[in-house]
Formats: sequence, structure tokens, C-alpha cells
Amino acid sequence: MALLQVNSLTHFFGGLRAVHDFNLKIGKGDIVGLIGPNGAGKSTVFNLITGMYTPSEGQITFKGVDIVRRQPYHIAALGIGRTFQNMRLWRHMTVMEHVKLARYSKIRYGLLGAFLGVRGRDREEEEIEERARSLLKMMDIERFSDEIVVNLPYGVQRRVEMARAMAVEPELLLLDEPTAGMNPEEMLEMLDVFRQIHEEFDLAIYLIEHRMKVVMDLCEHIQTLNFGEIIAEGTPEEIRSDPVVIEAYLGEEEMI
Amino acid sequence: MARVMEATKKTGSVLQMVKERLAVVPLLGWLFAALFAAGIEYFIGDPVARLLGLSKAPALFGLRTIVDSVVKTPSAVGYVLLMYALPVGLVASVTGTWTNRWAGRLLDASFVVSLLVHLALLYATLHLWSSNSDYRVLVLRLTFISVMVTLSLNVVNGYLGEFSCSHPGFMALGAYTASVVTVLFFVNDDVFGPPLLPPVVGPFAFPIALIAGGLVASAGALLVAIPSFRTRGDYLAIISLAFTFIVKSLIENLEIFGGPRGFMNQPQWATLPVAFVTMVVCVAIIYNFVRSTLGKATCAVRDDETAAGHLTVNTRRTKMVAFLFAAFWAGAAGGLLAHVLGYINPGNFGLLKLSEVLAMVYFGGLNSVVGSVVGAVSIQVLGEVLRPLQILKWIVFPVIIIGFMMFRPTGLIAFTEVDVREWLAPRDRTDREGE
Repeated sequence: MALLQVNSLTHFFGGLRAVHDFNLKIGKGDIVGLIGPNGAGKSTVFNLITGMYTPSEGQITFKGVDIVRRQPYHIAALGIGRTFQNMRLWRHMTVMEHVKLARYSKIRYGLLGAFLGVRGRDREEEEIEERARSLLKMMDIERFSDEIVVNLPYGVQRRVEMARAMAVEPELLLLDEPTAGMNPEEMLEMLDVFRQIHEEFDLAIYLIEHRMKVVMDLCEHIQTLNFGEIIAEGTPEEIRSDPVVIEAYLGEEEMI
Repeated sequence: MARVMEATKKTGSVLQMVKERLAVVPLLGWLFAALFAAGIEYFIGDPVARLLGLSKAPALFGLRTIVDSVVKTPSAVGYVLLMYALPVGLVASVTGTWTNRWAGRLLDASFVVSLLVHLALLYATLHLWSSNSDYRVLVLRLTFISVMVTLSLNVVNGYLGEFSCSHPGFMALGAYTASVVTVLFFVNDDVFGPPLLPPVVGPFAFPIALIAGGLVASAGALLVAIPSFRTRGDYLAIISLAFTFIVKSLIENLEIFGGPRGFMNQPQWATLPVAFVTMVVCVAIIYNFVRSTLGKATCAVRDDETAAGHLTVNTRRTKMVAFLFAAFWAGAAGGLLAHVLGYINPGNFGLLKLSEVLAMVYFGGLNSVVGSVVGAVSIQVLGEVLRPLQILKWIVFPVIIIGFMMFRPTGLIAFTEVDVREWLAPRDRTDREGE
């Protein structure tokens, strides 16, 4: 059984058809890429999967559970982590608080525990902090843990966002242009991070990316979206030489 | 000449020494010194004041005396220096070593014990300070109430990042509910008849009345939240403002609660210790909440609601909880207020109250428990100090706040969270290591 299965997904924004008859199947530990020109509907696909929008038509199942019409927090708690194109960090909060907060759904002490500061709560907060610290260590940003995120360099902010998404304990990670705005050096480091978490957690990754190097290096399977429809699908080699893709997206010139 | 220089040098070095000693005085030392000063004032405050040409000991650190008549400024300043600054500084620096040792011992024993000792010292100081003057007792109790209201509004306007104007409405709901409970059960009243329970139980049932007031305020908050939390932004501000007016005119039109004439006969149960303990409980619970991950979810919702939702935070629940929680404390504070004044009317809970509370929150600083406490205390005291100006107060007061906001637009202590544990710790680390 596939981890995530999307069948004939269609979505309208008013009269605009943003996504049409979109299908996707991601198994455990797969890395799938989604490419396409700006405005093709890539982020919309992500937002439909994570519950930000309710699709006009189609089915989405995650681990066999129908997740259409579920609230985003519910879908996330099932094991779908995501990052955003523009990061969406919480600007007044520290790095540590970001990562701790992503464990919200797993907190066992109730409101009463939060109000009264009982011992069970303190213990649990320590546990959460311990896990968060190990994630920060993995992302190599432990030294920033008490800094407010807006004061940090861009590359570090990206890592904070990754750590935050990983704190959800996802089985599927949706990455929306995770290397946008990075210099080549930062990008290569980020690639290593992706590989590492993929191996360590047997994590499935679904990736939107404009940099062909990242997509071609990482993905086993690539989808190309144009005007909300899949125009091509296959292995990196197939996509690279597909004339439809070249015309719609990659262009005639040399890539990579 | 040389003699004078030597003398200045000597006083200079003495000052330096005092400064160094004061830098390592722990909170415990300051509280102890304050208690000592309050004790001195209790015994010789009035005679000293008369000696300085004042009719009696100035009630609020001489500030009100100065506003009242500027000519008396030297006397007022002299009194403050003599009665407060000198004894506090002296005792704090002399007992520094001793209080540091005890601060360490207490904290080693248990955080709770240390906290309770500090609170007891604080209360004793306030009690002693106010025991000569009913006016001080009243100001203190009103200040405690302001702290509660300010902090609870900060949960909504600061931590949750919404703009709510419904706090006077919540206070009114709490005040009237608590008053009805106490008057109905424990007071022989014209409208509500003879007491249903023996008045002896009354003071013990007072917390129940406050909780009832808080719960009714929370129920009111639910009515505001359901239509306004579907979206963010200005809707809550408008709906909550409407709510305040609705509550006010509702009470004005309910004859059973006295309508616009007000509601009286509340027993005077909100004594200084009761008000103090209620405030401490309120501050402690809100402090705990905003420091827990569950409470920090409000900040995530404020900074980016979409991101919060996608990282497993139940945003709707978070907003509801924070809003109802804040309303509860506003209601409880309202109940307390009714039993401080012994008389309330709908006019107490209008726009003036709203602007006062908003001033306290924004002056103190958003998103900070200490900020709210400082803001509430300073605005409350400022309001009292400016009272002799009568109608001019409402010109001077806003001007001061506007002027202040130009220099610190985010308020005194915004977005800063303190760790109480650090406050209670001894200050002379080197000394402790040597032990």
C-alpha cells in the first residue's frame, strides 16, 4: 500500500482551474520531485494535500486514511511534515521554541497541567526539549537554540524550518522550494541534510524545486506540472530528454 | 582644602563601596530591607513628616504631595529619602551577606518554599506599609485588580495577537455575577431578601463567587469568539467593542440589578490579603500557561497561523482557550473589584475602563508577564498621583503616555520573559562557590 495516494485531484479557485486530474503515489522512503513553471499549481497541490484548501474533486489518502476535509493540524499529526516557500517562521520566537512547538499534538499534559505547572508537565517539557535539541544538533544549528529566528542568517532559518518540520515526526515530508535563495555552497549542504534525514528516518520526501541539480540528484521519480496538469512523469533521465518538458519548462539551453 | 578633598575622596569611596555591596543584594535582601523601612515608617512616619513641614506621612511616596502643591517638593523628597531610600539602602547593604546565604539555602531547599517566603515578605511589607492609611490599602487593592486585568488582556492582545476591547464587559459580567452570588446567599438585601446561608461561611465561599464571576465572563467570551474567530484582524476588535456596550446597556436595563443606579450591599470581603492572594494565583497561573508549550502555541498562532496549523497546532482551540482563559481572569478581577468598592454601576465598565486597561497593557509592554505587572502598577499609581489635578488629569495623563510611547513604542518590557527562579537566586555567585 502506498503511503500517500492522490487520485484525480481537481481544484478550482472561483472559475480558475488550478489543478486538474492530478494523480500521485508515494511509497515509504520514496523521493518524488514536482517541477514546472511558475504558476503551474505546484504549491496548490501541496496545500491540497496538507488541508489548507479543500479539493473540489478527488481523493487523498495517507496511510489508508482519507484526509480530505481534515484540518491541517490533524493531517500534520498523522505524519505529514512540510516546509513553506517563504518559510513562515514565527518571528518573535526562538529556535528552540519553534522545534518544541511542532510537538504540540503529542503533548500529554492537559490544560490543567499548563496552568498549574505540575511536575509531570516539567518532565514532559524536558523530554520535548531533549528531542528538539537532538534535531537541532542534526541540523547543526544547536548553537542558535536561544536566538530569535529573525536575527539569524537565511541559511540557518531554512534549517530551523527543516528541524521544525522534522519535529512533527513525519513519515512524509513536503518540501516547497527548500533551496530557494541559497548560494551554491548552502545548497550542497542542504542536499546532504536531505539525504541524511531520508536515510536516518526512512522518510518519504515530496519536493518542489526549481534547481535542476537538486531535483536530478535527489529524486527517483519526477512529475512535471503545467497549467495544473501533469504533462510528463518518469525517472530523471526520462524527464530530462522529454521534448514536452523541455518546451514547457526546461527550455532549449543546456541544463544543470 | 586638602582636608575637603580627602573628605570627598572618602565619601566617594564609601559610595563606591555601598554601590558594590548593593549590586550583589538578592531579592530577599531588598524585600527584607523594604519590610524594615515600612516598620520604621509605621512607628515614626508621622512625626518625621511633621518635622519636615508636612501634615502627615505622604501616602504615595510624596508624589501626590508634589502634584498637590509644588512648594512642598523638598519636604516630600526629603521624606522619601529619609524614610525609604536611606533605610532600604542601608539595611540591604548591611545584611547582604546574610540574605545571600539565606536566598541560597531557601532555593536549595525547594523552589516553592523560597517563592512562598519571598511572597510572605512582600505581603508583610505591603501590609505594614498600608496599615496606617486606609487610602493606601484601597490603592493597593485596586492595583492588584489592575494587575490581574492587565495580564489577562495581555494574553489576548499580546500573546494571541488579537485586539480585544471586551475586557470591561468581562469585568462587568464577573462583578455582577460575583455580587449576586454573595448578596443572594450571605446578605440581607432589599431585592434579594434575607441570606440563604449563614453569613459566617461567607468569606470562605468568596472564592466560589469569584470563580462563578470568571466562568460567566468566559461564557460571554464564547459569544464573542464564535462569530469573530473565523477570521483574523479587525473583526474581533469591532465585535468585542460592541460586546462591551451590549453588556453595559443590558445591565442598565435590568432593574433587578439596580439598572443605571448600580448595585450595592456587597460584603467587604476583598480585603488586602484576599486581594493579594487572588492576584498571586492569577499571575502564577498565567505565568505557567504562557511558558508552557501549550501556551506558546498562542504566539505561533499570532506570528503565523497557517504555519502553526501545519505543525500540528490546533489553532481554533488555541485561540478559544486563550480568549476564554483571559476572560475568566477579567471576570474574577471584576468580582474582586465589586467587593473592594462595595458598590458598582454600569458606568464603571465603559470606555474609560477600556482605555485605562489598554494603556496599562501597552505601557508595560506586550507579551511579557513582568511588563504587565509593571505597566499596571505604574499607570495605577500615576492615576492616583495625578488625581489632585481633577479634570486636568485627563489631559496630563494621556500626554505623559503619548510622550512615553514616542520613546519606547513597544512599551517598557515587551517580549521579555523572566525566569522567576533566577530572581530568587542569590547574587554573589563567588561567595556561594566558596561555601
